[in-house]
Amino acid sequence: MARVLLFGRLADQAGWRERSIDAGDLATLRSALAADDAVLGEALAGPGVQVAVDKALVRGEAILAAGTEVAFLPPMSGG
Amino acid sequence: MIVTLTDQPFEPGALVTAFCADRQETGAVATFVGLARAEAGAAAALELEAYPGFTDAAIGEVAQAAIERFKLHDVRIVHRIGRIAPGEAVVFVATAAGHRREAFEACDFLMDYLKSRAPFWKKEHCPDGARWIEPTDRDRTDAERWD
Repeated sequence: MARVLLFGRLADQAGWRERSIDAGDLATLRSALAADDAVLGEALAGPGVQVAVDKALVRGEAILAAGTEVAFLPPMSGG
Repeated sequence: MIVTLTDQPFEPGALVTAFCADRQETGAVATFVGLARAEAGAAAALELEAYPGFTDAAIGEVAQAAIERFKLHDVRIVHRIGRIAPGEAVVFVATAAGHRREAFEACDFLMDYLKSRAPFWKKEHCPDGARWIEPTDRDRTDAERWD
């Protein structure tokens, strides 16, 4: 199970901030999220959305071990 | 160097006093305090979301880069998260250096980073609803001065 975190407008759009999802890699996780909520799936793949796995930014694919934290980060605004 | 994210109001004066204490070789401390603007009643409150463990680590990396670039003795950053009322302090930055130029420039550099690139998500609550805010063009060009 991966622990999925949404931030900013993505969390508002989805209506949740944290959820556990069974997925062994990032692509499977994205498919599971999109199957559940197609609009969210599209937003997560949208421009400027970055992904952090266990608090480190990743590009492209990533293997997700059990208990991995996956965060979807919309464009950052600064403080 | 210490970076703190807090959902509680803080008192900038106490931070300056603590930061200046027990320094023998520091000749200059520059500080900046950012306050939440009321925007003439248009902004009821500001809400800042951070990713604990990620946001503070990212700010710490840039603070460390500032220490090396401007030959600082120390840096202190406090940033509010959560809901912030107009008039409350949002951010505090203090830099300590041997001489004033490095302290001033490093403070300016850190604020440009914090305002435009730091991993926060900012929401403005207005009388007619809430909206997510992106950095302004001015924030971006200010930050680009240091690239």
